[in-house]
Amino acid sequence: MPKETMTAENFQKLDKLILQEKETKGALIQVLQKAQGIFGYLPIEVQQKISKGLRIPMSEIYGVVTFYSQFNLEPKGDYMISVCMGTACYVRNAQPILEKISKIIGIKSGETSPDGKFSLIACRCIGACGLAPVITVNEDVYGRLAVEDIKGIIEKY
Amino acid sequence: MDMLNVNINGMDLQVPKGTTILEAAKKCNVHIPTLCHLNLGELGVVNQTASCRVCMVEVDKRPALVPSCSDKVTEGMVVKTDSMRAIAGRRTSVELLLSNHPTDCLVCPKNLSCDLQSLAQELGIREIKWEGKRMDYEKDLSSYSLIKDPNKCIMCRRCETMCNDVQTCGILSAIDRGFDAFVGPAFNLDMVDTSCTFCGQCVAVCPTAALTEVNEVGDVLRELNDESKHVVVQVAPAIRAAIGEMFGMEPGTLSTGKIAASFRRLGFDGVFDTDFAADLTIMEEASELVHRIQNNGRLPMLTSCCPAWVKFMEHQFPDMLDVPSSCQSPQIMFGAIAKTYYAEKMNLNPEDITVVSVMPCLAKKAEAHRPELSCGSDSNVDIVLSTREYAQLLKEAGIDFATLADDEFDSLMGESTGASVIFGATGGVIEAAVRTAYEWITGETLENVEFKQLRGMEGIREATVTIGDMDVKIGIAHELGNARKLLEDIRDGKSDYHVIEIMACPGGCVGGGGQPYHHGDIEILKKRTAALYREDEGKAKRKSHENEQIIKLYEEFLGKPFGEKSHKLLHTCYQPRERI
Repeated sequence: MPKETMTAENFQKLDKLILQEKETKGALIQVLQKAQGIFGYLPIEVQQKISKGLRIPMSEIYGVVTFYSQFNLEPKGDYMISVCMGTACYVRNAQPILEKISKIIGIKSGETSPDGKFSLIACRCIGACGLAPVITVNEDVYGRLAVEDIKGIIEKY
Repeated sequence: MDMLNVNINGMDLQVPKGTTILEAAKKCNVHIPTLCHLNLGELGVVNQTASCRVCMVEVDKRPALVPSCSDKVTEGMVVKTDSMRAIAGRRTSVELLLSNHPTDCLVCPKNLSCDLQSLAQELGIREIKWEGKRMDYEKDLSSYSLIKDPNKCIMCRRCETMCNDVQTCGILSAIDRGFDAFVGPAFNLDMVDTSCTFCGQCVAVCPTAALTEVNEVGDVLRELNDESKHVVVQVAPAIRAAIGEMFGMEPGTLSTGKIAASFRRLGFDGVFDTDFAADLTIMEEASELVHRIQNNGRLPMLTSCCPAWVKFMEHQFPDMLDVPSSCQSPQIMFGAIAKTYYAEKMNLNPEDITVVSVMPCLAKKAEAHRPELSCGSDSNVDIVLSTREYAQLLKEAGIDFATLADDEFDSLMGESTGASVIFGATGGVIEAAVRTAYEWITGETLENVEFKQLRGMEGIREATVTIGDMDVKIGIAHELGNARKLLEDIRDGKSDYHVIEIMACPGGCVGGGGQPYHHGDIEILKKRTAALYREDEGKAKRKSHENEQIIKLYEEFLGKPFGEKSHKLLHTCYQPRERI
């Protein structure tokens, strides 16, 4: 199961955050980023609190959350695996690497494993084309990969 | 005023600084097609997103075509709207819009009133050049008022402007990005689960069928053909000034007599006028106001005829529900009287009576389903048609509306005064209430019944009317954003009004969400308003308490205004609702 982040303690943190930014103009994206830092994602309860606190309609907040791919509406795994699908990585076989990861963990791109450990996404160019093909696991970067390297990488986590 | 020189298609003209290319072109009779653009002049409704790219023109020394709806004229600007490049550019914009738009025009609810369809016709588009991927979103059929079909959304953002900027409800927003983008509520909730007021202004301005009303024409036909049913109909004041437009008549043509005739032709068993119930509303509302003033009650008192406004209040100001009058709206009062007094008089079982309303409004559809506005298990009002649906019903029944000879409404609930007619325009309800309150409080006859200071199109208006030894301070707001300002003042203790009238739609009910589409022409709303005041002027009786059928109703059935029976039948209460 993914970690339970909808705790009273976390909501207190959110209240404090909203209080700090209440009067700041254009604070919405910053508040959303920090809120996602607290909860890991932005469910309806969190958006509702931000809406009331910052006096911004829910629909507008939801519009912003769905516009930027950095925001999540669903809880994500402890380890976020991003497979770069930029042109350089793609031509150097990023697709089979994505498929391999998918097979080992048993989830498709955009999904989170049932135990809440891994999330997998195919992302746009991360700017490390010299290392193509590249994947990242949270902050760790793995480059010049072959399909055979994948199993070992996943076992580390 | 700073004037600028501009040349459009070879014609020189001068325009004030701040004029858009589109406005300048209009001045020299050059037509530029638009789609997302919307400007309701002094009503302050402006959508200038420049998102559709349909109004693109060529400007000398500018490398790309520019959107004429939002780009302003600069000194010495040379504009070409009819160059090959401009025409081709506009055409491509429309062709791209059509590339993923459903082509079920024949059976589309907006067939022949769709702006995108008109544009395709105007630009002579005869083939879909590119077949793009189609969206596949589910329709939202959750409410009694409106239907949302995101697959027909062209992202013009007009509805967002109405919902967020004008009405300040904040229900609709662009969701997602790129190709997948569409307009909807947060978490794409069902409309019925949001704080939507169902004012229908999003429907009124939607250029396509992405937002339309729930159509109940079939239900009316079914009831009319059911021998066991006694079907009565009521028609709201604002319809008589607008329905003619659906039959090629000039905006502002009054069709009161034709409406009565058409109802009779359709086979309604009772042909009535909501104006009667509007007079009844004044009897109750003016009594309540006098009662509140004399008993140190909650002031200001707010009118409660507009169901979108009532729902707005419940969601946005749940702490102030003691402010609105407890009077039901005229539509509901009519139903209540039809299923009690009328049933008794006609020796009918209330359950066999079907009450049909013709309303300029989509919120009235939802209002009719509010559980507290019913008598027992039976709704006070059973079916609500918009003005547009009423026109469709007439067309389906083969009635040539424009040539009908004038007829009268039936007695019992058909008489009306001039005071009730003006309910359809912003400021009208309060003017009607003042006419009655004046005579009740002073005991004198009011000679000049026209309170022109209460009329107009400004969003917020105020006036002081001296009644006896009291100066009654009156506030008027139309559009919910303006209402919000007055409400916030009341909450902050800054308001010194005695009574406030609020209507959700621009111009009041004449600009309702169920009215014939105005396609962004504010002149149409003004003509409808003028028509209502004209009807008032022509009436022999212009004060609600002079309505003889109303007097009889109190004598025979209700007792006294604001009395026990009235409270039970004609008043209501409000409930706090969440804001989503």
